[in-house]
Amino acid sequence: MNQSHFTAALINPDLPPPPGLTAWNGSDPAQRFRVYRNNVIVSLIDALADSFAVTQELVGEEFFRGMARLYAYANPPQSRLMAFYGTDFPDFIEHFPPADSLPYLADVARLEYRRIVAYHAADVPGVTPEAVSAALADTAALPDMRVTLHPSLSVLSSNSAVVSLWAAHQGAFDLSTVVPDTAEIALVLRHGLDVEVLPISAAAGAFIYELQAGAGLGRAAAEATTIETDFNLASILGLLLQKSAITALNPTRSTT
Amino acid sequence: MTTVSLSLPKMPGAPVARAATLPVRGGLGLKPEHFRTILETLPDLGFFEIHAENYMVDGGPFHHYLTQIRSHYPLSIHGVGLSIGGEGPLDERHLDRLAALIERYEPQSFSEHLAWSSHRDIFLNDLLPAPYNAETLQRVCDHVDRVQERLQRRMLLENPATYVEFAASTMAETDFIGEVVRRTGCGLLLDVNNVYVSCTNHGRSPQASIEALPLAAAEQIHLAGFAQDVDAAGAPLLIDSHGAPIAEAVWALYRFTLDRSGPLPTLIERDNDIPAFPVLLAEARQAETCLQSPRMEVAA
Repeated sequence: MNQSHFTAALINPDLPPPPGLTAWNGSDPAQRFRVYRNNVIVSLIDALADSFAVTQELVGEEFFRGMARLYAYANPPQSRLMAFYGTDFPDFIEHFPPADSLPYLADVARLEYRRIVAYHAADVPGVTPEAVSAALADTAALPDMRVTLHPSLSVLSSNSAVVSLWAAHQGAFDLSTVVPDTAEIALVLRHGLDVEVLPISAAAGAFIYELQAGAGLGRAAAEATTIETDFNLASILGLLLQKSAITALNPTRSTT
Repeated sequence: MTTVSLSLPKMPGAPVARAATLPVRGGLGLKPEHFRTILETLPDLGFFEIHAENYMVDGGPFHHYLTQIRSHYPLSIHGVGLSIGGEGPLDERHLDRLAALIERYEPQSFSEHLAWSSHRDIFLNDLLPAPYNAETLQRVCDHVDRVQERLQRRMLLENPATYVEFAASTMAETDFIGEVVRRTGCGLLLDVNNVYVSCTNHGRSPQASIEALPLAAAEQIHLAGFAQDVDAAGAPLLIDSHGAPIAEAVWALYRFTLDRSGPLPTLIERDNDIPAFPVLLAEARQAETCLQSPRMEVAA
């Protein structure tokens, strides 16, 4: 026996057990090896079920565990940090034919994974009110001001009602009132110890994407205005500040 | 110890939390669902233990709560992902993460398993067995040496729960562990449930195994519950599930062990079907009752 044989047999249930196993009473070691097989696959499915709880609720436990089993055998973890296992699970769901009738499922899974990343993201304090006041006072520098957003923050654009579906599963309101094929954009961030999922407009989503790509406030706002002419810059900045999601203000000289 | 006195101003807290070693008391695995209960009630408990890998994240609630809990209690850091029994080299990046975690939380104890869990780029998320022979012995000793060198401290090695044996084994498990302890100077984390489970699964005497282990090197005990299955011949096959209360037979083996080892810090492990905190606290209290029995005073 070497660990290559052992590993191959653990992650491929069609293979025989590795050679060289014995049992004190002469019983077939295959039955005993099944304990390891079961430990491995069940622990991986359980990890996915913990991370993708709403996804599981949407399809039911039996369907979810069957889908997770196929994913886990095809994609065993490559990291020892199991909290982040399942990065590609939403993509797997998107291309999993039995789930075709639930086009929103993959995006709900994406939202759940973003929440995990946000939960464990680094702790960085938001900018102080004094820093904000000072920045606002220098109106000439504002268009080129670059902002650093909290490491927990991300935006997820979906053709489905991901925020409403997720919120309904938190008991926020009745699932039957959600129209799943309504496009929604989720802002995910951690404020203090709590991960929040907030619906934002397409323009606000574009604004944040631009900021994350390094654009100054002026260019990001202009981009947002091409999507919604009445884009409200003060409103989204106010939200980000209120959630301590802006962690640095970086005035830059215009380089163009 | 110099390192301890230097660390005093860094993390203020209850004096017991700053002790150099785990207290000879009962402890519990720290579970996120119990964070708030623990901080609100500050239960009278010897120590907490964490799985190192769960805290290898950048920030957020896990570090927030562990930092607070650490200021009140001694801490044991228990790794589950180092793959000390692996055929390949240790993952140096993982060792770096462990070193950072240990530097941050200054645990009284660090332990890992006599098992492997990774192969090449695959992490199997289970504690897997290896044959007990000269080749494995050399590899495990090299890995324990490297861990102790990198972390600059003595580690404890935990005896495994196993379900198969190997034709390639040439040594008894107890002799193998004794030899690792002798060659590397590491300590023993004596998992009494694992002894009971492995001995049942392989037709050995749990009491004889306890007596054959290097008890003088034991610095901590683990107790847990098991699940029951049968092998192909219908013989009992116990599974180290960490999902049930500790069995009466394991409590008895624990008392048998304490009679020979003397009192040791004792952790109640529960990782699945986690009950309300008071249920676990009661098991820790039960362990403390064993630690404080009259026999123990004689043994101590």
